[in-house]
Amino acid sequence: MLSTLAIGVQVCMILTLEGLSHGMLEDQARRQRGIGADIIIRASTATFLSLGEAFTDKYLPFIRKQPHVVLATGTLVRPTGPLTSVTGLDLPEFERMSGSFRFLSGGPYRKPDDVIVDEYYARQYHLHVGDTMQMLNRRWRVSGIFEQGKIARLVVPLGLLQELTGNGDKINVIYVKLDNPARTQEVIESLKAKGMENFTIYSMEEIQSLYSVKNVPMLPEFTGVVIGLGVVVGFLVVFLSMYTAVLERTREIGVLKALGASPGFVLDVLVRETALLAVLGSALGILLTYGTRWLIMTFWPGSLIQAIVPEWWPIAAGIAIAGALLGAAWPGLKAARQDAIEALSYE
Amino acid sequence: MNDAPILSVRDLRKVYRVGEVDVHALRGVDLDIARGEFVSIIGPSGSGKSTLFHILGGLTPPTSGSVTMDGRDLLALSDRQRTDLRKRTVGFVFQKYNLLPTLTAQDNIRIAQYIARRTATEDPHFSDVLKLLGIDKRLHHKPRALSGGEQQRVAIARAIVNHPAILLADEPTGNLDTENSSAVLNLLRDLNERLGQTILMITHNPEAASYGHRIVSMRDGRVVHAAA
Repeated sequence: MLSTLAIGVQVCMILTLEGLSHGMLEDQARRQRGIGADIIIRASTATFLSLGEAFTDKYLPFIRKQPHVVLATGTLVRPTGPLTSVTGLDLPEFERMSGSFRFLSGGPYRKPDDVIVDEYYARQYHLHVGDTMQMLNRRWRVSGIFEQGKIARLVVPLGLLQELTGNGDKINVIYVKLDNPARTQEVIESLKAKGMENFTIYSMEEIQSLYSVKNVPMLPEFTGVVIGLGVVVGFLVVFLSMYTAVLERTREIGVLKALGASPGFVLDVLVRETALLAVLGSALGILLTYGTRWLIMTFWPGSLIQAIVPEWWPIAAGIAIAGALLGAAWPGLKAARQDAIEALSYE
Repeated sequence: MNDAPILSVRDLRKVYRVGEVDVHALRGVDLDIARGEFVSIIGPSGSGKSTLFHILGGLTPPTSGSVTMDGRDLLALSDRQRTDLRKRTVGFVFQKYNLLPTLTAQDNIRIAQYIARRTATEDPHFSDVLKLLGIDKRLHHKPRALSGGEQQRVAIARAIVNHPAILLADEPTGNLDTENSSAVLNLLRDLNERLGQTILMITHNPEAASYGHRIVSMRDGRVVHAAA
């Protein structure tokens, strides 16, 4: 029972970590897709995950004049916590590009201290329309709660955010919509040729393809370390519980030997028992990840998103089963070599 | 009863090394048991009867002497061959029953068949034996739901399910009250008389020993008296 639970926790730990990595990246990708832009322009120091430094919004008129550009709008993103940020945008202009925000309650901001939040953020912080919240050293009133999947969790007027954060005319992302998405690469080349060669310019297709765990610096290594820790913990728990089980069942092993069981038979019984425990533990671990997802999506959906990653089920189960068998190997061999007379006299 | 000896022991010696001291558990035992015989070995603690039980059961090798069981020389057997001997040639009944607590009575019997690579369907007449033992209605119970007498009868069924040449019983009534002791001893005698099962029973109880055809007394690692 303890072994099954320990293996389950080990599998759940691996799958939850992997699920968080995938979930948060997928969430970012989904929110980017929700913007409806064809091109994303950031400062030269930006990557697909980081926004880089802010730059002047004077590039916007220049971009709007380029051939095939239908719309161009700038946003400013400022952090509000370790895992949260607020986005400033020109709402009418942004909605022309991406369509209207779908409000689940309330509506767009109208007053200078209004903020709109997405449903995940509202759920995490128990916010309703009309509630107030503290952010950037001032109090804000929630004027609307919108359906998640659109650009950001917290949205305020661009000018106000620029003013409050001392960013004047600065923005850190420009979203561009074209009359024909097929001309995206052509427009990117043109922008670079016309003085924007120092900017990081992605097509939406390109940036979507970059949202992958393997492209996030250090994430695969971090995952590897956590999996390694999981294997060590799982190995130790299974080792200790199998060692205890072998000790507790010394007399039973003696009985099996008296009945003619060979060392191979005893080892086979213990290995099969361990494999069964590991399979049950793996199944339990997979079920537990639905529990951790429910917990995360209930209590922290504004900060963390956990995906269910079925392609990792066999990997996590394989790691757990291998660790369990390794943990059972020495106690199993000890049991197999046990002297039958000593085992039978064990109290 | 067939007079051909199924077990022949000659000058059997066993020396244990305990620390730096040699302990002479058996000091030259001679014993013959005929096929179909029910022999009781009686003796005080330390007389060597348990060591003799372990050697005859293939649980430990002797130091010297000769033991021939069902035509096989036990001294010449490797560990693997002694394991094989325990599968098919001898059956054990212990004082503490030694049933596997997580298995039902039926599965406790079946595991002996499984280890010997026999299937339950090989022996349809075994259900008669279970009736004779009085446990045919208790097969689906786990040991904790069985009385001591019932557990010992399941242990006897397990010991004979593979038709061993000899049944070795070590104080089979040691944990039982008088009524259950008599029942178990009567069953052993029935098995011997009806099925011709050869039985070697170790006991320190003279009344229990009297159920055998012959009583062999041991003391200080030697046979001191054999009486019919």
